[in-house]
Amino acid sequence: MNDAQEHGRNGPGLSRRQFLKGSGMVAATTALVGPAAPAAEADAKAPVALGPGPVKIQLTVNGKKMTTAVEPRVTLLDALRNYLDVTGCKRVCDRGTCGACTVLLDGKPIYACTMLALEARGHDIKTAEALAADGRLDAVAAAFVKYDAQQCGFCTPGFVVALRGALDKNPKASPAEIEEALAGNICRCGTYEQMRHAIAELCGKEGKGA
Amino acid sequence: MEPFDYAAPKTLNEAIALLVERGDRARVLAGGTDIIVQVREGRRHADLLVDIKRIPEVNILHYDPREGLRLGAAVPCYRIYEDADIARLYPGLIDAVSLIGGIQIQSRASVGGNLCNASPAADTVPALIVHEARCVVMGPAGQRLVPVEEFCVAPGRTVLGRGELLVELRLPPPRPHFGAHYLRFIPRNEMDIAVVGVGAAVALDERRERCVQARIGLAAVAPTPLLVPEAAAALMDGPLTESHFDRAAALAQAAARPISDLRGDAAFRRHLVGVLTKRALRTALQRARET
Repeated sequence: MNDAQEHGRNGPGLSRRQFLKGSGMVAATTALVGPAAPAAEADAKAPVALGPGPVKIQLTVNGKKMTTAVEPRVTLLDALRNYLDVTGCKRVCDRGTCGACTVLLDGKPIYACTMLALEARGHDIKTAEALAADGRLDAVAAAFVKYDAQQCGFCTPGFVVALRGALDKNPKASPAEIEEALAGNICRCGTYEQMRHAIAELCGKEGKGA
Repeated sequence: MEPFDYAAPKTLNEAIALLVERGDRARVLAGGTDIIVQVREGRRHADLLVDIKRIPEVNILHYDPREGLRLGAAVPCYRIYEDADIARLYPGLIDAVSLIGGIQIQSRASVGGNLCNASPAADTVPALIVHEARCVVMGPAGQRLVPVEEFCVAPGRTVLGRGELLVELRLPPPRPHFGAHYLRFIPRNEMDIAVVGVGAAVALDERRERCVQARIGLAAVAPTPLLVPEAAAALMDGPLTESHFDRAAALAQAAARPISDLRGDAAFRRHLVGVLTKRALRTALQRARET
């Protein structure tokens, strides 16, 4: 999958200044010889900032430590998809409203499109791929298959990850509570009724500790 | 997205030094749910994002019966509503942090970030207003306290000067027999921006009949969230009745200066201010009687 790295009116073109900054020279110079900071305590110095060029990072994705180099502007979503080839999370709205990019960060559902990859260092990241680890399908994904709870399927990885997060947080959650936990996910095919069947079964099962 | 630098300072002084050095080309990053989208869409510009989440002070969430609540600027919504004591003591705040976005937003977005984004429609700000929050601001000249209703100065703009950042919000301990509520109107059930938002708080006397203190805060009806003291003052005379709520609602409507935009026209917004003010007051009163 080769998503566009850039969209919007700025376009991919770099100005001379951006090119110089990107080469690392200007950034390193300003960081080292910047003016002394008149902060509340005299000994406070501005720490060296990373970027705007690529920064080497290690992320823990689905239990594996993965290493790459990304510019600070690269979101966790783009780092996963375009740098680490973890494509379960989908790029749809890219502005924190649709839920297709949902991943679990230390067990909490988040939008990977509104987090920088650099922020995710040191955290445990789980994507939809984790729901089929070792070839065994997680109960949430299996219920979606059983009840045909998808049409085009593009939103599905976000839904199943958010649902897994909700059930992990509260294994005894009611169907209504699960629906509320999925408020941040949108299915434009409108397969909500089938999802409700899957949720009803999952709430029964998880409640019994299966 | 335009290229930028990233720094994750571990102390407030380091963060302030970075903000002083880069001026208004530096932006603070807490939950990222606004700033990352804004930079990507060219609505705000940044040469540097200062990720404050490794600074201990901005992660404080602590209640003390004498001092009240200390709410660090980067504490995400879910930590607030998952704390049973805070949920009981600051019900208006809990209403707001529970209805912002969906679960994915609540996992990341902070109340401090919602305030610093300075949207006129910010859901947490009327709640902070009715809970009498004060903002702890740190900068190169030291620390200052700003009442939350004075923090936003225009859409997207705050009182923060060069090198300053919001460190925490301080909410005083709730008064005896206190209740508060925040609610908003949106055409959907979830994931929307308030057409109008209203917060209300009342504190009752020993017999729980007369109002001894009240606050009413409005969102999305002026360039900044509004505190409406004259509407609260209308609740002070005699045991509380529906006619007090009618008067307060009319005064809140008079204080509103709404615009017409894609979410609703000015007349509709003014109508909503009346309806929501009464509903917010009724629930706040009910909660005050239950405490």
